[in-house]
Amino acid sequence: MVLKLFFPQCCNTADSGLLVGRWIPGHNSAVVLAVIHYPFIPGQVKKYLSELQSQTQVDLTVLGSWSMPKEGQEGMDSFLKDLSTIFPQKCWLQLSREIGKRGFTCQVVQNNGRLLQDREQKNGEGDKIILIHYDQRKVMLSQLHPVQDVGQKSDVEASELRLVFQTVAQSQPLFFLDKYDDGPLKLSHWQSEGREASIIAELLKQASVPVCIFLTWLLSLWYWFCSFRILHLPPVLFISSKLSTCVQSVYRAVHFRTVFSPKKAGTHVEFMRKANIFVSFLVDIALGLLLISWLYRENRISKLADTLVPVADRVAKELQELLEWLMGAPAGLKMNRALDQVLGRFFLYHIHLWISYIHLMSPFIERILWYVGLSACLGLTFALSVLSDIVALLTFHIYCFYVYGARLYCLTIYGLSSLWRLFRGKKWNVLRQRVDSCSYDLDQNTADTALFPLQLFIGTLLFTILLFLLPTTALYYLVFTLLRLVVVLFQGVIHLSVDFINSFPLFAIGLRICRPYRLAEGVKFNVLCQEPGTPLHLMMEINPLKCSSVLQCYRTPTYSCYPKDSWAGLCKKLFVGELIYPWKQKTDKTD
Amino acid sequence: MRGCFLLLTPLEFTVTSPKLSLRKVMVYTCFVWLFAYAVFFFTENTAVLSSAIILTLAGMMIHIHFVKVDHETLLIIGSLGVQLSSSYASGRESTIFIEMNKLKDIVINEAVYMHSIIYYLCILIKDPADPETVTSVVPLFQSSNPRLNCLVQVYRSCQEILAQSR
Repeated sequence: MVLKLFFPQCCNTADSGLLVGRWIPGHNSAVVLAVIHYPFIPGQVKKYLSELQSQTQVDLTVLGSWSMPKEGQEGMDSFLKDLSTIFPQKCWLQLSREIGKRGFTCQVVQNNGRLLQDREQKNGEGDKIILIHYDQRKVMLSQLHPVQDVGQKSDVEASELRLVFQTVAQSQPLFFLDKYDDGPLKLSHWQSEGREASIIAELLKQASVPVCIFLTWLLSLWYWFCSFRILHLPPVLFISSKLSTCVQSVYRAVHFRTVFSPKKAGTHVEFMRKANIFVSFLVDIALGLLLISWLYRENRISKLADTLVPVADRVAKELQELLEWLMGAPAGLKMNRALDQVLGRFFLYHIHLWISYIHLMSPFIERILWYVGLSACLGLTFALSVLSDIVALLTFHIYCFYVYGARLYCLTIYGLSSLWRLFRGKKWNVLRQRVDSCSYDLDQNTADTALFPLQLFIGTLLFTILLFLLPTTALYYLVFTLLRLVVVLFQGVIHLSVDFINSFPLFAIGLRICRPYRLAEGVKFNVLCQEPGTPLHLMMEINPLKCSSVLQCYRTPTYSCYPKDSWAGLCKKLFVGELIYPWKQKTDKTD
Repeated sequence: MRGCFLLLTPLEFTVTSPKLSLRKVMVYTCFVWLFAYAVFFFTENTAVLSSAIILTLAGMMIHIHFVKVDHETLLIIGSLGVQLSSSYASGRESTIFIEMNKLKDIVINEAVYMHSIIYYLCILIKDPADPETVTSVVPLFQSSNPRLNCLVQVYRSCQEILAQSR
């Protein structure tokens, strides 16, 4: 069996001493975490290790001895060999390095005194030793993907690398002792040159707890306000489910609850989720403030408000012209004059009402828009949702026209298909939900399922009428559906961009770019030294996660807008005349 | 004839692809620029020329960074695992490491492609919990496609190392 030893790079030049680490269960390997230097008292070493064991839940032991002899320390070797009797182990490692040589020599002494050496000549029986050098700080901070839940898999099933990473990450308290401490033990690890900390980071950490508590209290106030009875009446609920601003604010409130909870994030996934939400929220606010500064400089918002009413007027005028055109002979088609006039006048009257309503509101528009524009300070997503709602309100008449046209067309198609079945002698069986045949016999027995001549005559009449009215209704339906689709498309684009801002994991991408070792997909090995007589030396480096995997893994789940039907389903609905609501939100339970 | 240059140390196998040929680059650039000049001659718009230059530069950078593979390496460490690494012409390296407990076997597979038979080396991957089923197949040396004699040499050395580590 090959013995694999994970050795930290920082201990390459450490003075002689004891190796402290952990034997990986289930695999023939060990991780060296630190080197305890001479002079030390064995009893204190044992006490320190048991303290750390209870603190970190990692079973730290003395793995062996490390010797890098300098001048005046010739007797060290034999002294270190005798240490194996003081720290009884199943396997005692003796690593030694000479200054000027690249490779280490390693000897493994088993409990029964059998000496295993690394020799290239002995094959078959001979055991090999592989020394894998790793960067301790990077391995400590990194997280292997795919992230597994704690306690999901037992230690024996987990892969060796995962166990190594876990061991180093959990042994953080071991790295708190540095060389300036006056304790009885002198350790060598990545932080032994002195712990670094930043005053600003520490102050922020201390300040964050009261701030979080305060913000959680504010959030609870908001929830108490939202729980008022008056806001739970069905009409209010219906309207608020349609307005995207309300949906967005509910969604953000849920986010805040996650981010501002005073409890520290336990697992890596929770921490990344919190960080992503926080950073994307900050960027959102920054963009919103940028938008405000652009809108309110040179009083652009008043200019916008001033152009709003003329634009609405213009849209209404265009619609009127469109209807006049439809009432004439549009594209050379001959319409049924009576129906044409009725529909045209009906819609024209609607437009007239709408215009009067807009003109009634026009003195207040500027003030309302000024205050609504201020709401962009809550974030760019908020401003976009408000824009989407304003567009929906302003094009409400187009929506109404679409509904009227669609209903009329739907009725026509429905009637036509039913009467067409009548001609062919078939009937829709409501009980069996299928088409059955009907005979024209007038027998006594089949009297209730037969078709009478009168029915046939009336059916023919209605069919003819509906057929000749079809072009007119179809044309109105087509025109208003196209207008409605334009509005829906515009709203869809706004919703998609809001969704993008909501769900993009900025913190994870930033971490991947600036600190790529923290999100690890795997490791890579380089052969450092391969001389006969010395063990194989490998350098283990962290292979960072691909950007596409980062996006997939850390995307914040949102109430994403996605197309409810496929293209084929949408076309079918359009043809039959069913009302289409192409963007469905994920949290909607009713279909 | 495509060259296959094999460097053999007991653990590492590197297959080198032929380098980017200067003649091809010059021919391609001349083509694009002549075409751009022809379009410029008819439209008298200098944006065509600058866009042709930018397009050529961008295309070349994308090609050497993402497409052109310089050499591919297979590193086998008995009892640790297998590492596949592709190094691109711009120096970028992309590496995958497969642990030994996930590796079932290394085999040479043959594929019939149109009128020819292609031999390729591939790694069979298993789930450690279910050692009998092959969950996926990872083909090696995709860009350099060495010939059968190279593959057989690599295969023999790999099987020796794998037999030792079992």
